[in-house]
Amino acid sequence: MTVQHKVTELEQVVIRFSGDSGDGMQLVGNIFSNLSATLGNEISTFPDYPAEMRAPQGTLNGVSGFQVQVGKSVLTPGDRADVLVAMNPAALKTNAKSLHPRSIVIIDEDSFTDRDLKKADFLTDNPFEELKITQVQVVSCPITSLVKNSLVDSGFDGKTILRSKNMFALGLVCWLFNRPLDSAIPFLEKKFSKKPAVLAANVKVLNDGFNFGANTHASISTYRIESSNEQEKGIYCDVNGNSATAFGLIAAAERANLPLFLGSYPITPATDVLHELAKHKNLGVKAIQCEDEIAAVCSAIGASFAGHLAATSTSGPGLALKGEAIGLAVMTEIPLVVVDVQRGGPSTGLPTKTEQSDLLQALYGRNGDSPAVVVAAKSPLDCFDMAFNAAKIALEHMTPVILLTDGFIANGSSAWKIPNIDAMPAIKPPFVTEEIKEGWKAYQRNEETLVRSWAKPGIPGFEHRIGGLEKHYTTSAISMDAANHQKMTNTRYNKIAKVALDIPLLEIEGDENAELLVVGWGGTFGHLHSAVNQLLDEGKSVAYTHFQYINPLPSNTAEVLKKYKKILVCELNTGQFAGYLRGVIPGVNILQYNKVEGQPFMLSELVDCFTKTMEA
Amino acid sequence: MSTKQYTVADFKSDTKVTWCPGCGDFAILTALQKSMVELGIEPHETAVISGIGCSSRLPYFMSTYGFHTIHGRGSAIATGVKVANPRLSVWQITGDGDCLAIGGNHFIHAVRRNVNLNIILMNNRIYGLTKGQFSPTTEKGFVTKSSPFGTIEEPFEPAELTLGARGQFFARSIDVDMPTTQECMTTAAKHEGAAVVEVLQNCVIFADGIHDEVSERTTRAEKTIILRHGEKMIFGANRDKGLMLDGIKLKVVTIGENGISENDLLTHDAVESDNFLHYKLAMMHHQGFPMALGVIRNVEAASYDQEVERQIAEVQAKKPIRKLQDYLLSGETWEVI
Repeated sequence: MTVQHKVTELEQVVIRFSGDSGDGMQLVGNIFSNLSATLGNEISTFPDYPAEMRAPQGTLNGVSGFQVQVGKSVLTPGDRADVLVAMNPAALKTNAKSLHPRSIVIIDEDSFTDRDLKKADFLTDNPFEELKITQVQVVSCPITSLVKNSLVDSGFDGKTILRSKNMFALGLVCWLFNRPLDSAIPFLEKKFSKKPAVLAANVKVLNDGFNFGANTHASISTYRIESSNEQEKGIYCDVNGNSATAFGLIAAAERANLPLFLGSYPITPATDVLHELAKHKNLGVKAIQCEDEIAAVCSAIGASFAGHLAATSTSGPGLALKGEAIGLAVMTEIPLVVVDVQRGGPSTGLPTKTEQSDLLQALYGRNGDSPAVVVAAKSPLDCFDMAFNAAKIALEHMTPVILLTDGFIANGSSAWKIPNIDAMPAIKPPFVTEEIKEGWKAYQRNEETLVRSWAKPGIPGFEHRIGGLEKHYTTSAISMDAANHQKMTNTRYNKIAKVALDIPLLEIEGDENAELLVVGWGGTFGHLHSAVNQLLDEGKSVAYTHFQYINPLPSNTAEVLKKYKKILVCELNTGQFAGYLRGVIPGVNILQYNKVEGQPFMLSELVDCFTKTMEA
Repeated sequence: MSTKQYTVADFKSDTKVTWCPGCGDFAILTALQKSMVELGIEPHETAVISGIGCSSRLPYFMSTYGFHTIHGRGSAIATGVKVANPRLSVWQITGDGDCLAIGGNHFIHAVRRNVNLNIILMNNRIYGLTKGQFSPTTEKGFVTKSSPFGTIEEPFEPAELTLGARGQFFARSIDVDMPTTQECMTTAAKHEGAAVVEVLQNCVIFADGIHDEVSERTTRAEKTIILRHGEKMIFGANRDKGLMLDGIKLKVVTIGENGISENDLLTHDAVESDNFLHYKLAMMHHQGFPMALGVIRNVEAASYDQEVERQIAEVQAKKPIRKLQDYLLSGETWEVI
């Protein structure tokens, strides 16, 4: 049968796969993203897991989603879905608010029975009307029964057969977006390489889904998504922010020629950093799961004292527990990378949701005047670069560095051009040398950078004692002397300030002469950048700058900010960076746009807000 | 092992020792330095790690590598040091508050994991540095500044906690008995794994005489028994008393009475993996029996730091990839041309 159907060209499209946490939505979402990347699309993904361990099947708490935006100039997973795959009524209800009015909704009609509707707290038998989404184009398909029929002779039991439902949905989505199945099959082959019968069943169902679309839904538009022409040549893989962070630390260890040590304790959403690093024993990584957050940071401090590149990974509650130990690293001037994957707070808060509310904790959450370097990654891929840079600063400046990422970029993924790691900058820690042995003291420092030298235990002639008590500037002995404490406090402060010499200057995007400067930091880059670009495309005058370095700030920060009449600091907290900037750079007009809903910004709300601010 | 012959002076730093005159810590410091000389370890291959408290000042008085860390975290930091560099001889210096109150969690887990640390626990049953509050080892009812009407809580027995955490090495000594302390320390250092050495230590200011019953020269021989692996359990000023098992209970007997000879006494087996008898011995002073000193338990088991290295070597033997870039290229990739 030849079907004439409309093909719509799109620059970007947002697809959300949603179902029960056991429905395999993350898997098909990942496969669809990766195959799109191999077809030349840019991708940005965002998995949205439930916080419950395993909520009852079909209930609202058990819905697991995976959103991906594909196309060109893709920087975020997108606001609202153009296509939603809803495997049950709960999935439909959970996602109803994040749909475009005329989006396509693919449902498994077999799981929209009265019983299923009741489980998702629907009161009527028309979920679309009840949710007021009557304009959507529904592709209703008996996925469960078609899959059962298709695999009736497969020899698998009913439960196993139903596990392939997700592949039917994937096949259907591949048809919708003109993706040849040949591009999907290699991913299935990899996933099921050890189970040929399961592979065959899944490929069969994938084809069924594709054919169902081709045979029955000629009335629905199918899409051709524009390939990106901005992608550099090279070899790519898909990476999420947490893995990228782990890889950045490994890369730094290689460029510093030091072993990597991670002390960690499981905590959502940071645990995948530990998972990733625990895999790489063949690369020599020592990743230790400790008894608690404090032991995690302390074991890292011990490993650093012994001469490793040492890191600890955590989220907000864990950072709170590590505070005292980070202060010890400040006092003893020991290199340490602390990765904080921020989540909604305070307290246990919203473990699986994103937020940027640990900023002030990272800057100030320690006793005493205790300056540490604070940096923030702006995207999943930037986690690699910022983890590398955090390690480089820690090792070369003998200081703890706190790297802030967040649940959004940590779980989100993008296509990543595998870098040439040997071409990355060499990292040169200030290790002691024979020439300085005579009369050497532990806190003896480079007068220029104020960085002390590092003597690993094991070297004769450099035996020394460090600790949390204040030390004398010249003798390195314990000192409670008033003037010395002033001098050491100033030295610790100035040492961190001098890190600014090694970090890039702040850059302006958009119209440099605009009245309004939009300011962001950390994981909101994709949304802010896209919103600013949208306004620029509309001919509006707006400038944008993004901070990856929070303490110290880039050295031209004051100069840049003072050029603008209005500065709008946008962040997913109640205004922590805005307040920090007001304190550090007085005399500028700082406005705020804040949101704490556990969700990333929406492009539309940003465009609205910028427009209003420009007009005000 | 060093080629150079080191002396105690080689392990002394030029930092002035600041403990109170008469403090039991002095003797423990000297025993530690003597042990290091006896062991033939080198100052630059040695790291002494401590937490917070009077005892935790000790690293400053050593000429080795040293780290005076934060309250209670010595075990965790020492774990990092040892895992990073298993070739270092790593000593954790701690007190009853540092180790068993704020640091209790790290302590039991270091013991459970069997990290190859020599943990010297100086137990004076009091907080000294904060000037006289009760600790987790203070006897119930004891009056301190924070328990003016006496404490109302049961104390920990470090041996019981160590064995409960599945510890493979426990030794006990008294500050005034330097030879036994030194014997415990050197045996601990030779043990692969977490080796806990409790040294009963006298705080002359806030709990003076707290250990007198076992430490007084006049009564010590009757009130303590020094256990040595392979030797009969004999004690007493006249070496005429010993220990036997009566069912599953210990009993004190007198040699020559009721037809009992030396041959009938228990022989100490520190390397027996079943910790039943070690536990009975370590706890028997609570029943009015002599307090067991010396190396009570010394059982071989794989240490955590060795296991970390072994597993890395094992994985490396199977997976030839050594560089991140090669790993990334070996995974799921595609090429943009």
